Amino acid sequence: MSDVVILRGSQTAAPSQAKVNRALTGSWVSGSAIGMVLYLLFLMLPIYWLINMSLKTNTEISTTMTLWPQEITFEHYAKIFTDPSWYGGYINSLTYVAINTVLSITLALPAAYAFSRYRFVGDKHLFFWLLSNRMAPAAVFALPFFNLYSAIGLFDTPWAVALAHCLFNVPLAVWILEGFMSGVPREIDETAAIDGYSFPRFFVKIFMPLIASGVGVAAFFCFMFSWVELLLARTLTSVNAKPIAATMTRTVSAAGMDWGLLAAAGVLTIVPGALVIWFVRNYIAKGFALGRV
Amino acid sequence: MKVVNNRAWFLVLPVFAIVAFSAILPIMTVVNYSVQDTFGNNQFFWNGVGWFQDLLDPSKELGGRFFDALWRNLLFSAIILAIEVPLGIAVALAMPREGWKVAACLVLMALPLLIPWNVVGTIWQIFARGDIGLLGWTVNRLGIDFNYTGHTLDAWITIIVMDVWHWTSLVALLCYAGLKSIPDAYYQAARIDGASRWAVFRTIQLPKMRRVLLIAVLLRFMDSFMIYTEPFVLTGGGPGNATTFVSIDLVKLALGQFDLGKAAAMSIVYNLIILVVCWIFYTVMTNADADRERVEA
Repeated sequence: MSDVVILRGSQTAAPSQAKVNRALTGSWVSGSAIGMVLYLLFLMLPIYWLINMSLKTNTEISTTMTLWPQEITFEHYAKIFTDPSWYGGYINSLTYVAINTVLSITLALPAAYAFSRYRFVGDKHLFFWLLSNRMAPAAVFALPFFNLYSAIGLFDTPWAVALAHCLFNVPLAVWILEGFMSGVPREIDETAAIDGYSFPRFFVKIFMPLIASGVGVAAFFCFMFSWVELLLARTLTSVNAKPIAATMTRTVSAAGMDWGLLAAAGVLTIVPGALVIWFVRNYIAKGFALGRV
Repeated sequence: MKVVNNRAWFLVLPVFAIVAFSAILPIMTVVNYSVQDTFGNNQFFWNGVGWFQDLLDPSKELGGRFFDALWRNLLFSAIILAIEVPLGIAVALAMPREGWKVAACLVLMALPLLIPWNVVGTIWQIFARGDIGLLGWTVNRLGIDFNYTGHTLDAWITIIVMDVWHWTSLVALLCYAGLKSIPDAYYQAARIDGASRWAVFRTIQLPKMRRVLLIAVLLRFMDSFMIYTEPFVLTGGGPGNATTFVSIDLVKLALGQFDLGKAAAMSIVYNLIILVVCWIFYTVMTNADADRERVEA
């Protein structure tokens, strides 16, 4: 876990490095600040537009071009929170996402410990096989999953989607947790064993608190990748477990032009990510790069 | 050094079981379908490698369609890599070095990464429309006839800009992580040597970012090669087939037309391509890890 050491080191040395950089770059710094602001503006503008649309009345959307709502309305949000076919979509999504997150973390904890502490027959091959599943295109699995979960009677339940998303979330959780566990010195395991802790007791009482932040980060990424996926979630559900993402795409084709409602539904799907983003800001790269940064 | 202990397999077994259930069973189904044909009514008969011959022969209907989607997808991947990698490096270099600005930039940059993919499509669907979207409206006002549902080029531009918007931050965040790991002493030495800004980039920053850049390139390639949801929501693969990438075509074939044999054969070839790229990814990653361990030892 040399990353942690290096990162900590560079954080404490940050002020002097900043001075050095400023001395090196001189006036270039202001140029990069302008570039950064432009880039962030490019990122925020489409999101602002979505929020803007969600607060306009449909008449205003269809008749005039306004940079901000002339008359702020919450009718679209009100509709989502009162119509079961809309808020039901959020509940369905949250249900399978929660099942998937708990399942992935529970299964991945012991496996990640094994990968971080031991060598065993086939460990490298197993690691590659897990990686290949993280990378497998969902489109390939859509049809066979449909057959599989229909055959075992789980079609159109949150369990079908939760299990299907394990395909990429379990490997992801294994990697992230393995990274954090490798940062805990092996001596702690040995000391605990000498002190008479049994393995399960050591794992829960001593080891888990040490990697608590890792579990949090892994859970966040399982939540996120299950939350953003559409294809499998849509294929494996029809009515009872229909996720919000599917509700959104189907309503577009059926209702035609209710852009305000669509925008409001979109804004609400961004909320969970936006709420926790502050806590995981330093781990985003790690999560996307399979714990390898 | 890690301890050799084969009983560790017991700890890995639950993960092995669930991933095998989700991966091996479905793949067996696909292999099974790929060598059979059906006249409906669940009546299947042996077709051998017939579907694969059709698929890999560009003069056949199935093969033509597959290779069109494949080249389209590779072109798309090449374009977005050519834009996102340099842009991501530039953004990482432009990151502020200290204070609240770092946290603010990280949070704002990460936001697009955490938006559900279909909502990314929806955002751009609205933003780029000529009648209600700021972008489409502005471009039309400038006298350019911009319509992403009607014109092929406009559809491509919109999808590429959308992907750049969605994923450049990932490249930037990875590069930023690489930059942060450069010890202070390197910069001090460069200053003593009177190195130019460009020399610092070429000889210190770029080599230190090599590993994260490899990961970034491979991740972006894989994800863009599997792209489905965003263009599906934005253009539905149109106009015509202009933005039908491999995943979109496969889903059309499998779940739209229920052409099981053809779809299964396409799935297998598609998956094999991914597997090869994946193997390259794994080799590069483990080699880079080994290099780093050797340097630190």
